[in-house]
Amino acid sequence: MNAERKKTLEKTTLTVRKDIVRMIGVAKAGHLVSSLSVVDILVYLYWEKMRIRPEQPLWSDRDRLVLSKGHSCAALYAVLANRGFFDRDELWNYRRLGSMLQGHPEYPRTPGVDAPSGSLGMGLGIAGGMALALRLDSKNSRVFAILGDGELQEGSVWESAMTASHWRLGNLVAIVDLNGVQMEGSVSKIKGIEPVAAKFEAFGWATVKCDGHEMESIEKAMNDALSNDRTPTVILAVTKPGKGVTIAEKFRRRPAEPLGRHSMEEALGELENMSEDYAEETESGEPYEKYP
Amino acid sequence: MKSTRDAFGEALLKLGSLREDIVVLDADLASSTRASAFSGQFGDRFFNVGVSEQDLVQSASGMALCGKVPFACSFAAFLVTRAFDQIRTTVAMPGLNVKLVGTHGGITVGEDGITHQATEDIALMRSLPNMNVLVAADAVAARELTFLSAEIEGPVYLRLGREPVPEVYENSERDFEAGGGRMLKEGDGVTFCTCGIMVNEAIKAAEILEKQGINAEIIDCYSIKPLPEQLILSSLRRTGCCVVAEEHNVIGGLSEAVARLTATGFPVPMRSVAINDRYGQSGSPKELQEYYGLTYREIVGAAAQVWALRRRS
Repeated sequence: MNAERKKTLEKTTLTVRKDIVRMIGVAKAGHLVSSLSVVDILVYLYWEKMRIRPEQPLWSDRDRLVLSKGHSCAALYAVLANRGFFDRDELWNYRRLGSMLQGHPEYPRTPGVDAPSGSLGMGLGIAGGMALALRLDSKNSRVFAILGDGELQEGSVWESAMTASHWRLGNLVAIVDLNGVQMEGSVSKIKGIEPVAAKFEAFGWATVKCDGHEMESIEKAMNDALSNDRTPTVILAVTKPGKGVTIAEKFRRRPAEPLGRHSMEEALGELENMSEDYAEETESGEPYEKYP
Repeated sequence: MKSTRDAFGEALLKLGSLREDIVVLDADLASSTRASAFSGQFGDRFFNVGVSEQDLVQSASGMALCGKVPFACSFAAFLVTRAFDQIRTTVAMPGLNVKLVGTHGGITVGEDGITHQATEDIALMRSLPNMNVLVAADAVAARELTFLSAEIEGPVYLRLGREPVPEVYENSERDFEAGGGRMLKEGDGVTFCTCGIMVNEAIKAAEILEKQGINAEIIDCYSIKPLPEQLILSSLRRTGCCVVAEEHNVIGGLSEAVARLTATGFPVPMRSVAINDRYGQSGSPKELQEYYGLTYREIVGAAAQVWALRRRS
């Protein structure tokens, strides 16, 4: 990955993180920690890898993405808005009555959202069904499913894992956001899921590990996954809960704790400072004060 | 005599040859659900996902999201209850074009006993917005309702039975429609709202009542949701009383659907012939029908009661 591309992607992740903080701040609710942990993976996919047409969200030859950990939808919405699927102003209606951006992803309500989610454990199976149907139609589209690590405690995930390997769904890539936290605390303490790689391998999947915040590492893992068309591949992306925002990272906020006005200002200030490292590329920059 | 599941299997095969977009998924019971006929001819469009009802529904939803028209088949008891969250979240909420086919509905599954007898499936499926709920009375209805399911744009639950049932409809019958019901016999004494195997019992009951001077009107409510409301209400205005007969728990099924309709639309005395909020057990289908009071006798008794109280306007 050349330095310029890397820099552009990283700059984009900061824009997305700022939007997430604003969305969750304005909505006074939302899953900040797990939205922040998945940002880099989503940005990489939507800007680098996925064949999509934002102006034609239901284009039949597109790649699909199922955000099985639907509670992180603030990240997906911010990515879709910045990628041009819908007007960025919609982000400030997140979780509001009548909004296009519901508390968990709804289909067909939001342009760019390829599948419903919110009840955990279902996205891998939906993605598997998509992969089967696409293969049946001889389409080259790929399907990406993003799962949480706590979500692996749902039995239905493993039904789908078995189905996908049985049908040799080489056009399916699962990504597990290993941020290590779930609703009531750390995954390892509540119901440990390790060894995750060995579990998926035993289910017939290829596994690749990556640093879920390093663009080059994500790219390498994606390329490995997409070059394997014999079996489904799972990318085990090690991430940091609340990545990029100190108050979310450091103080181990509870996953769905709302963000107060003061904390929001602090988080935005921090992200703004980081953005200054990329200042030369920023076209004057939209001042975040413009938004509530 | 032919079972509704047999007719479904044949209709599915026909659909497969007519439409490329039809795919069939099954959770390792295709020989019993009769989806096996389709798998024999269209192997590339048939998927046995194994003993995994949750993934059966998830996979079907994924395929519907990519333009297929999936029929997801299993025993009603397993499909509806094991995968209820999947049906709710991935089929009903997004209104996807998934056809859920539950065979072995009701207690006439027989000797397999309570785990295999679905007596709450209609209640669960009725409670989901966007869901169409269809019940087949005989083989012809099963065939036509299978075709109808494929035509409806959106979620459908089709309930079928295991045992062969006597013919209700002529083989030439067509024109089953979403939200429809069929007037099988006209009469001015009492209205029978029925579905599934109880249609035949209602026909027998009507013959007995005829001799006693009560002329029963029989409606096959093959679409439980949406309910054929106008057909039922106009019948009640003629007869002034109603008996509902269904092979399902008295809670949440056709009885309550009709009760709500009459209470809000045209209140009349009503009785239910249904399973009285308890589970089934092993036994032959015939024994079970008698033990749980799902025969023409109970319908005759209920009809006599409501007829005596009928609303006269």
